[in-house]
Amino acid sequence: MTNSWTDIKNTDLVIVMGGNAAEAHPCGFKWVTEAKAQRGAKLIVVDPRFTRTASVADFYAPIRQGTDIAFLLGVMKYCIDNDKIQHDYVRAFTNAPYLVKEGFGYEDGLFTGYDEAKRAYDKSSWEYELGPDGYVQIDETLQHPRSVYQLLKKHIAVYTPEMVERICGTPKDKFLTICKMIAETSARDKVMTSMYALGWTQHSKGSQNIRSMAMLQLLLGNIGLRGGGMNALRGHSNIQGLTDIGLMSNLIPGYLTLGTDKEVDFATYMSTRGFKPLRPNQMSYWQNYKKFMVSFLKSMWGPAATTENDFAYQWLPKLDIPSYDMLKIFDLMHQGKVNGYFCQGFNPLLSLANRGKVAESLAKLKFLVVMDPLQTETARFWKDEGVYNDAKPADIQTEVFELPTTCFAEDEGSLVNSGRWLQWHWPGAEPPGEAKSDNWIMAQLHIRLRALYNKEGGAFPDPIVNLHWPYRDPGEPEADEMAREMNGYVVSTVTDPADPTKVVLEKGKQLDTFGQLRDDGSTACGCWIYSGCWTEKGNMMARRDTSDPGNTGAYLGWAFAWPANRRILYNRASADIDGKAWDPKRKLIEWNGASWTGYDVPDIAPTAKPRDVGPYIMNPEGTARLFARGMMVDGPFPAHYEPFESPVANVLAPKIRGNPAARIFKDDLAALGTSDKFPYAATSYRLTEHFHFWTKHVWVNAVLQPEFFVEISEQLAAEKAIQNGGWVKVSSNRGSVYAKATVTKRIKPLICDGKTVHVVGIPLHWGFTGAARKGFGPNSLTPFVGDANIQTPETKAWLVNVEPSNGPATS
Amino acid sequence: MGLQSQDFARISATNMRPPDVRHDFEVAKLIDVSKCIGCKACQSACLEWNNLREEIGFNVGSYTNPHDLTPNSWTLMRFTEWENPQSGNLEWLIRKDGCMHCADPGCLKACPSPGAIVQYNNGIVDFVSENCIGCGYCVKGCPFNIPRISQTDHKAYKCTLCSDRVSVGQAPACAKACPTGAIVFGTKQAMLTYAETRITDLKSRGFQNAGIYDPPGVGGTHVMYVLHHADQPQLYAGLPNNPRISQVVELWKGLTKYAGMAAVGFAAAFAFVHATIARRNDVSRAEDREAEHLIDEEAARGRQT
Amino acid sequence: MAVRREEERTTVDRYPGRVRVNHWVTAISLILLALSGAALFHPALFFLSGLFGGGANARALHPWIGVVLLASFAILFAQMVRYNFWAKVDTQWMRHIGDVMSGHEENLPEIGKYNGAQKIVFWLMTLLILVLFGTGIMIWYEYFGASFTIEQQRFGHIIHALAAIAMLLVVIVHIYAGFYVRGTISAMTEGKVTGGWAFRHHRLWLRHEARKGVIDERQTPPRRPNIGPAE
Repeated sequence: MTNSWTDIKNTDLVIVMGGNAAEAHPCGFKWVTEAKAQRGAKLIVVDPRFTRTASVADFYAPIRQGTDIAFLLGVMKYCIDNDKIQHDYVRAFTNAPYLVKEGFGYEDGLFTGYDEAKRAYDKSSWEYELGPDGYVQIDETLQHPRSVYQLLKKHIAVYTPEMVERICGTPKDKFLTICKMIAETSARDKVMTSMYALGWTQHSKGSQNIRSMAMLQLLLGNIGLRGGGMNALRGHSNIQGLTDIGLMSNLIPGYLTLGTDKEVDFATYMSTRGFKPLRPNQMSYWQNYKKFMVSFLKSMWGPAATTENDFAYQWLPKLDIPSYDMLKIFDLMHQGKVNGYFCQGFNPLLSLANRGKVAESLAKLKFLVVMDPLQTETARFWKDEGVYNDAKPADIQTEVFELPTTCFAEDEGSLVNSGRWLQWHWPGAEPPGEAKSDNWIMAQLHIRLRALYNKEGGAFPDPIVNLHWPYRDPGEPEADEMAREMNGYVVSTVTDPADPTKVVLEKGKQLDTFGQLRDDGSTACGCWIYSGCWTEKGNMMARRDTSDPGNTGAYLGWAFAWPANRRILYNRASADIDGKAWDPKRKLIEWNGASWTGYDVPDIAPTAKPRDVGPYIMNPEGTARLFARGMMVDGPFPAHYEPFESPVANVLAPKIRGNPAARIFKDDLAALGTSDKFPYAATSYRLTEHFHFWTKHVWVNAVLQPEFFVEISEQLAAEKAIQNGGWVKVSSNRGSVYAKATVTKRIKPLICDGKTVHVVGIPLHWGFTGAARKGFGPNSLTPFVGDANIQTPETKAWLVNVEPSNGPATS
Repeated sequence: MGLQSQDFARISATNMRPPDVRHDFEVAKLIDVSKCIGCKACQSACLEWNNLREEIGFNVGSYTNPHDLTPNSWTLMRFTEWENPQSGNLEWLIRKDGCMHCADPGCLKACPSPGAIVQYNNGIVDFVSENCIGCGYCVKGCPFNIPRISQTDHKAYKCTLCSDRVSVGQAPACAKACPTGAIVFGTKQAMLTYAETRITDLKSRGFQNAGIYDPPGVGGTHVMYVLHHADQPQLYAGLPNNPRISQVVELWKGLTKYAGMAAVGFAAAFAFVHATIARRNDVSRAEDREAEHLIDEEAARGRQT
Repeated sequence: MAVRREEERTTVDRYPGRVRVNHWVTAISLILLALSGAALFHPALFFLSGLFGGGANARALHPWIGVVLLASFAILFAQMVRYNFWAKVDTQWMRHIGDVMSGHEENLPEIGKYNGAQKIVFWLMTLLILVLFGTGIMIWYEYFGASFTIEQQRFGHIIHALAAIAMLLVVIVHIYAGFYVRGTISAMTEGKVTGGWAFRHHRLWLRHEARKGVIDERQTPPRRPNIGPAE
């Protein structure tokens, strides 16, 4: 989230698209009902299904899954054509006036530089035109044909309301109503918030889905303001925290990136991470990268990380490929190239795409370690559960270790919510049985591995034997110790260069903020964005001050929000170019002539003059990007691509299947189905009654939604003679499932490009363990292909067939 | 019963009027259907707080699970898909069903067991299990089809409006758990006032018939709804349009009860009076003798045939 | 069935043991039903449930007693129905009901085993027991709660209540008649009535019985030779 849950109450218009906030985030959704009840805010829902969120919406429109980009580019076109953009904002705070190099283009669904064999782009033409001073050339009038603004206009010209209807199946009148409602928020005193979740992420162009809305929000001037923003609703408790501390295989904490095997030393590594400003005076905050990185390395290896050894940069693993995302790992596993797998709080047998492939992959492991509070299906992938898990234990040699762990309610620590708030919590119960904390398990493993390395040496013992391990009980580091470590501390006393008697940072003290980090090894910090969470004043995450001056929803005294306790990112953009609030009633921070003051922690230096420093400080431009340069692998602008399995061809570029820059492995490409055999457009989702595959273990939740079902329209049910509540068999080119049919008015056939498209909804909460009835998950059916940029599997849009059935044979 | 008789406004099957001296505020739960997202937090909170175990059922093509109220499920989200003929829009009407805590409770009226159903001064209608005899009369008394009789202990169960929580100043568990504030709890007056603001909001969003459901036929209720279509409550999974205690039940528990007692009493009294004043209907000596004659005659006649 | 000359009196057999047993089973069932039913009918009578071990037991037992009643009455019905078909003389008798109530039976026509009022009682009981049983099933919540709609059950309740009141009235008439008409009760206790009773109330029946013959059960010879043993 750029903003916070509590900030949603400030909005005028909520658009829920690519998510189902009421269903999957019912507690956070209260802030939408607040906005509606207190401010008269309106709620728009765009979804293939009439969801629980739609049930309380002011306006609902259907859309075919996987066509959000066409819809959003259509809205952008409407806003530009009808002069409903926030011109001053766009001119000052986005890269709309920037000129793009000659040679950039887009034709037949492809940007310049495409290499079909590699399924990848040479992105060199997707760049700004730089002047002799090294800065980007700009045209304040936005008229230059190579200005980002003109390129964007040209790029989206095709997305007329008629085209949107043709691609998305959204009736034109409904689309235009939504355009009109959204366009109103281009006014300075109106804001819209976008609430989205995995409905946008789980596509082969998921990142571009989100980008499309971000661009629209920029055109409307809705980013950085109270009640605005791009708000990703996190689907797991603390999944935000997991991402922050390096969930992805190519990241290390604080969104620093892992080196590649070409970056053989620290200097080479840093050479591509300089982030020189692209406009005069810009902060380009990543210029501090080296401070964050060195402090991270110091926290990892302590005294063993020295200037002489590049702060132990060499001890970090290096990537030989762009990433070892889960699709890649399981593909390697499938090829028999992975020996062991640690599965910590993850149930891939039900979560990952194409369950058949996942099961085959796990069976090729030598060992599998599952750390989980619950008895997961993954830990029992070898078990013969009949139709529900058709495994042959005799043929599987994988040794499975199941380590019961504590769950969140039995642990102390912090959870990071969608709004980036680190909220400390205390255990509410003792762990049952032999359950141990993940910390204990990992520490015990470390201690034993270290002893082995110390005793036997080995190929590369250094990273293990030198790991900084200063905990009170080395066998079980505690939450407060790790929190202090992530916050950062002073390794050696720092004095003022001008006056060596003046101590700036005193050895051993906790840091106040990442602004104090050094690149010379005198500070250590496990996760720079968390710096400030546990200072000398104590645990900032445990703060529980509910006061809210100005009733802004900021709650600065409640817990700690990264970065620097900032509640709304890019809050500089809440004020105009001279530092006055765009809307005086919605003041967040303002320039008072000398400094920035207000209700939130400013995200630029408090004394940075308004016209000097742009609000988007993490970009070298200081502005937000409508044109993404080479930052996205699949194009600097979003473009409509069909899902890899689509009921209709891409009307804009009929030859292109899926996202042309998305990686797909050979056998997974072969396993894709086509609409002649699998005519219906399937989508997967969560239900309020359950949380993923956890709560089916809970009796009460199992009562509330006891049994696996799929949702189909009355029309499809009639066509296929399917009874409401009767059994159906749903199949894709990769597998099939049995489900009860819920025949509903909430799913309606869509007309796309003249063809009737039936949507099949498949919720995901059932498996073969737990209290609920045995069932299946959608991943028995889903394709093994991910988003081009971050490899999230495309499990929101694929093809299935549905037939009436007698249900699973009971033996 | 745990509480003293001063806490009651009414007690089932008793002619004793409680003194009704403790004038608490009348409480009410307001369920704003327009804010409800059907998440069933109320249902799980109810099961959890009351420590109830419902059976794990089956999917029958609906989100309504379990499929009806049961002795263990005292509240239930009922889902209705309705296409509004005026706007052409689909509406997914989700109503939390459960005891309405009527001001004039039909269950209490029907109940034959003294003290099995009580109404507190604050308006909550509660079933007192130890006095319940499991006759099921309350089921017939209720205009909303709420009470359910356990097949295990043959006692009636329903929402208590968390009278245990309310008595110590807490809101009912469902209201506490509701994430969107669709369920709110307070004094009835405060709830009515608050409902007005919700109705104004709904009218501003085009729901011209938005209104409160506080049916006068049962004297008003202590569980009320804000409905988008207050003119058509039956859309919401058959919420009665104008609920009132069945005339049949009124007759059964009213006139019949008194007339029946009177008739039987009168008959008994008549018999008593008649027995006292009427001439004895006894066999006289003469009749005995005549009988002997007749027997002989007839016996003789019998022998001849 | 016979007319018997005993030491001090002459008796007429009215009910054999099997009928008396049935009658008393039916009677006791009716009384228990009345008591348990009354407990559930009016709060003022709820205390009667104490006789059954409390309200829940009264509620649980009442319908089962009803089943017993139905069974025993069904047999009783089979035993008695042939004497209870309406005859012209019953209509005539009914016209003189005032004479019955004032004790002037000498004005009445000769009557067979049952008079009109008794037959009415018989048929009313038959009808009411059927109604009570039928409606009783409808409101027997433990087993049939799901078999009838709530609205049907409501009607079941009121009809059951009204039928029960009617039944009580009939029973009161029946019992009162038994007491008011002296010498009647022995018919159901000893199985026989005196000859005089039969002569006064059911002369036709007495004729019929006497015609079958007279059994002399006396140990001593008769004082009056003209009233000798029939055989």
